[in-house]
This record gives sequence, C-alpha cells and structure tokens, in this order.
Amino acid sequence: MKILLKGGRIVDPSQKLDLIGDILISSQKIEAISPNISAEDAKIIDCQGLVVCPGFIDMHVHLREPGEEWKETIETGTKAAVAGGFTAVACMPNTKPPNDNAEVTRFILKKAEEAGRARVYPVACITKGQKGESLTEFGELKEAGAAALSDDGFPVSDAYLMRLALEYAKNFDLPIISHAEELSLSKGGHVNEGLASSKLGLKGVPAEGEAIAIFREVMLSKLTGTPIHIAHVSTREGVEIIRRAKEEGIPVTAETAPHYFSLTEEATFGYNTNAKVNPPLRSELDREAIKEALADGTLDAIATDHAPHSPLEKLCEFEKAACGLIGLETALPLGLRLVKEKVISLSRLVELMSCNPARILGIDGGTLKPGHTADITVFDPEKIWVVDEKALHSKSKNSPFLGWEMKGQAVLTIISGKIVFSRL
Amino acid sequence: MDFSKKHILDIASLAPEEINFILDTAEALKEVLSRPIPKVPTLRGKLVAHLFFEPSTRTRLSFEKAAKVLSADVFNFTARMSSVEKGESLIDTVLNIQAMGADLFVIRHPNAGAPHLIAEHVKTRVINAGDGFNAHPTQALLDLLTVREKKGSFKGLKVAIIGDIRHSRVAHSGICAFCKMGAEVFVSGPATMLPPEREALGARVCYHLEEALKDADVVMALRVQKERHGRALFPSVREYARHFGLNTERLALAKDDCILMHPGPINWGVELHPELEKDPRNVILEQVTNGVAVRMALLVLLLGGGA
Repeated sequence: MKILLKGGRIVDPSQKLDLIGDILISSQKIEAISPNISAEDAKIIDCQGLVVCPGFIDMHVHLREPGEEWKETIETGTKAAVAGGFTAVACMPNTKPPNDNAEVTRFILKKAEEAGRARVYPVACITKGQKGESLTEFGELKEAGAAALSDDGFPVSDAYLMRLALEYAKNFDLPIISHAEELSLSKGGHVNEGLASSKLGLKGVPAEGEAIAIFREVMLSKLTGTPIHIAHVSTREGVEIIRRAKEEGIPVTAETAPHYFSLTEEATFGYNTNAKVNPPLRSELDREAIKEALADGTLDAIATDHAPHSPLEKLCEFEKAACGLIGLETALPLGLRLVKEKVISLSRLVELMSCNPARILGIDGGTLKPGHTADITVFDPEKIWVVDEKALHSKSKNSPFLGWEMKGQAVLTIISGKIVFSRL
Repeated sequence: MDFSKKHILDIASLAPEEINFILDTAEALKEVLSRPIPKVPTLRGKLVAHLFFEPSTRTRLSFEKAAKVLSADVFNFTARMSSVEKGESLIDTVLNIQAMGADLFVIRHPNAGAPHLIAEHVKTRVINAGDGFNAHPTQALLDLLTVREKKGSFKGLKVAIIGDIRHSRVAHSGICAFCKMGAEVFVSGPATMLPPEREALGARVCYHLEEALKDADVVMALRVQKERHGRALFPSVREYARHFGLNTERLALAKDDCILMHPGPINWGVELHPELEKDPRNVILEQVTNGVAVRMALLVLLLGGGA
C-alpha cells in the first residue's frame, strides 16, 4: 500500500533538504519527495506542523536478551525504540551468554524478526567472553549478521590485542567500537571524581582515565589505519583528544549520550541510583564541552546507551547498584533541547541521530533519497509531555528523567514503508 | 528551640544552630552519667534498633549505653549470623525490623548512602553511625562537644587532622563540622591519602606535616588502616610512623594548650607514639564519654522524650 506523508517539514541532511512538502512511499521504498504530490491510491497522513526525517538509528543499546529478560527483551526494547522514533538499534554484546559466537548473533536476529519492530543490528564481541584474551571469529560473526564489534562495558585492556583486532577487522569491514576506560584508574569508582565523589563519600572515576583510554585508541587507529569509533564520550579531555585526532586526519568517530549533555554529576546527589552510569555523569564544564563538540563536528553521533535495569539491580545501596539508564524514549526531546538552546540546528540533530550512525556502521538508512528503503521518523516538535514510568514501553523504568517535562515526541515510525508505531 | 530533624544522616544537612542545640542538650544530659544510678525513664517503651553491617566496638557500645541510660529497649543486629548472609536485601531487612516495632534505626554500613536509602523507605527515624567513606556525624558531634568543653568556642580555632583523610568518614564529617562552626581545618598525611585537589572539602591540604601542626589548637590523628597498605597507599607502617606519626616533638609545634584527639581504635606506635598516652593534652578518653552524651541527646531529640 502507498502512503503519502503530506505537508510536513522534511529534514534530510543527506540531501541537504529542509522544506515543507510531501513524501510518497510505495512498496517499501521512498518513491518521491516534492512540495506537492497527489496520489489517489495512497493513504494520506496529514503531517502539518510535524517534522519528517530519516529514521533515527541508535547505535548503542542493551536489549538484555538472551540472559536478562527480566530487565528487557528484544521485543520490549524494540517497542521502546519505535516509540522513541528509532527505526534501528545496534545492540551491545554483553548478554548472557555474551554475543561472541554466531549462534547468539543468529538468535538475536531471529528474535528481532519475530518482534517485527525496529531493525536490530547485533554488535558482537571483540574478544571471546569479553575477557580481553583472544579474538572472536570475526568472519563467522559477520556471516551470521553481526554489524560491528565491541567489548562494550569491558575495555580491551591489552593494547596489542586491540591492535590485532583493528588489523583483523579490515578483512571483514566490521566497524570497531571502543568502550574507552582505563580500568586501573576507574576501579572501585562509582561517580565522577570531583564534586560528586567528595559530596557522596564514594570513590571517584577521574575524567583523565577516559582521556587516557581514548588517546590509546586514537594512536592504535593511526598505527593500523583502521577506523575506530569511541562510545559514550563523557569528558572535556576526551573530546579534546578526538578533536586533535580528527585534525590530524586519524579515522576516528565518536558518540555521546543524551545524559552527558543533559545532566551533570549533581543528578547523583542523594544517592540516586537511576543516575549511576558508566562513564559517570560529569561536571558542568564537561557538559559544556560535549555540547560544543556536538556542534562543531568533533562528536558524530548521539546514541542512548539504553541500559535497562530492574529495581532488583537499582533499589539498593549505591555502591551495589548496577550502572546504566534507559534512554530510547527520552533521546529525541533531550536532543531537541539543544536545538531550542541554539547549540545545534534541527538538521544537525537528524545527522547526529540518523545519517551519521548509518554511515559509521555502514548500514542502510539515514536518508530519504527516492529509491531508498522507507525508514522514516515523524515527530511533533512542540508536543509537551511528562516522563511517566507507566507510559514507558521499556520493561525497565530506570530513568533519571522521570517526572521531567519534555517537549517533542515521535508520532509515527515507519520501517520499510510500514507503520510500526503511531501516536496519530 | 524546636528540633525538627527526622533523621541524622550527615553533618552537611545540619545548621550551626541545630548543632549547638544538640551540643547543649548533650551537655545537660551528661550529668546523668555521673549519678550514682545513671538511669532515667525518658525513653521507656521505645525500641532502638542498632543495625551494624560492619564491625564496631566504640560506636555500637556507646549507642547501646546511651539507649540504656534513657531506659529504651534495644535490638542489637549484626550482619554476620543474620539473614543478610542468606542474601536478604537491605530494604527487606529494615522493613522486617520496622514491622517488629522499632522506633529508631542506628545504622553502620560499609556502603556510602545506605542510611540515606533506609531513611527513604522506613517510617521510623534513622541515625547514621558511619557509612562507607561518607559520613560519621555522631563522631563529629562528640568531637565538637569535646572541643567546646576545652576551648569554649570554635571561632578562629586551628584544627589539624592527620592521616588517611581520603578514605575516612571521620575526616569527612569532622572537616564539615569544624568548618561549619567557624574553625579552620588543615589536613595532612601521605599525599596518597589526602583528598584529590579537585575535591573541595573545605579543608586546607598540607603536604608537609609541620604546616598543619604549627600553632594548632586541636590536633586529631586518624587510625591508619593497615589493611589499606597492600595497595601501596604508603610503603610501610614503619615509614608511616617515622614521617606521619605524632610524638612529643611534633606536638610541640602546636599551641602549648592544644588538645590531642583520636577517634579510636588507636594503633600505638603508628599514628601515635606511646609517649603520648599519659600526655596531659590527650583527651581521647573524654571523647569516648562525650560520645555517650551526644548519642543520648540525639535519641532524646529524635524520639521526643523531652530532656
């Protein structure tokens, strides 16, 4: 069936488009974009006042399946994704068992197909069991459907092994995503070192530890010539190293998460475990630096690091609480705050949430060019709503944004020309 | 003055007037301790639950004594030999004890913020008896009471705290309390144990011991946690004693009428030279007595017995 999205503000940085107009979708593809299209056989959806853009791609989520289904499943996670305007997610391999072999990769893809919502791109482990000792079978993982490699949550501490991974990844064109953390400095830490650690009497995680780890990755990328993608950058120092590496032409890309440009370490005060995350929420100076880096191109993507945990892991002593927070359903309005504050343009936001993640992962999407698959997000930039745990689609409710008034919400999520989520 | 606090979780959340009121109350109640029969019926019928998830001698017995002087009933719970070893969660543990009718929880816990977590989930009152590296408010209050007794007031006093500041809840609460009351706090010790530069605790960090001790009115040594030196926070106990231990010679840098304090337990020969045991400036055992008085005051103020 044909769908005609009528009268929306079409924002597509891949074609440098920002116009009021119509999009015609036919047999899973985008057929045409033009200021005025009429198609009598199409279902017409009035998009006046709404923004129509390439579907958002979250290149960093945890779907918890297999192994921790009480926190999230591929079904509930992809439901949260489409409700947040995401047409695709890349899921990290720290499942139980970890995604270090083709069986797990195939299982994830099968579950995703059964769920029938957002596209799921499995990220497989760099090392067996995420133990940092020996490489996984990159070739077989690629054949099974892995989209990228990462030991997310557990950095590959051995620099030589990381070098080998970057070299071997060239054979299979698999992007490598690094969780950059110098473990010997962060060990035992629970919050940012500085205000939060002194106020809460907890061991801190120094910002410099992230910077040290990022610098190593940048140098290994230079050494091997393989692109490297840095996950969840949280610090001013980290941003500065990436900026200098890019100036030198080293093929590094990087993402940050909405919580790093929306919150500071103050969110942890009072031992709020929903604000416990790794890397930890940082200082106001860091937050400013992250915003600046999103604007000037140092950071390439916004990814949520959606990390569901149940009260079993969160309703306890802060030191015992698990790290992570959910983000799929709050990312868009938090990103739109940056647009409202004039830190970035709306078009840049779409680039950060759609075009760039597609390019970094080397996957389809991130464009509305006619002929391409119709993965489209439509959102209402003015919609006011309050984050209420009962209304969240994710199985877990561990959000530091509960109770926040948000502006902007996805209203229509289209994948392969099919409406998979609608608030209209 | 109306004392409206429901919990005593840390010093930071107490106003100077509230602190003075607690100290006044403690001073008044201290008299009871020297009576031939040191017991009053103030808290008869109240149940105070002491939940100790970490070893403690002084604090636990001091709270128990305070409760008993005031005729309260007590539960003494230690995490060892309890259902905690079977994996019961902290919140479940306290909810169960609350269901038995406890009126107040006294919590010692190895994790920072555990008393705050409990306070959010119980209807009863909570006193923090030490949580992780975070806070030990009753220790800070008894230190204040001791200093006030000896010095009259806090304004302009120089307080030197020597030892492992970074991993000490006694230091965290002590610095906060002395600063709040108008004293100046200087800290010194091995630099691996001093607060990182960026942690603004409110104390002046001295890398040379002499700087902290010079003309001090109050000198407080902290216990060296020997178990920590495995991770090489300092090279050896011997080196610590030589370079950071307090002795008569070093104490001579402080004012002649200074007082020497220590929260206990003491490692004689490490942070304090044995020659200081009989030194007239040593008020360590008076601190212990004041500890009982301060805890009596908090029990009375929180449980509303009326002194």
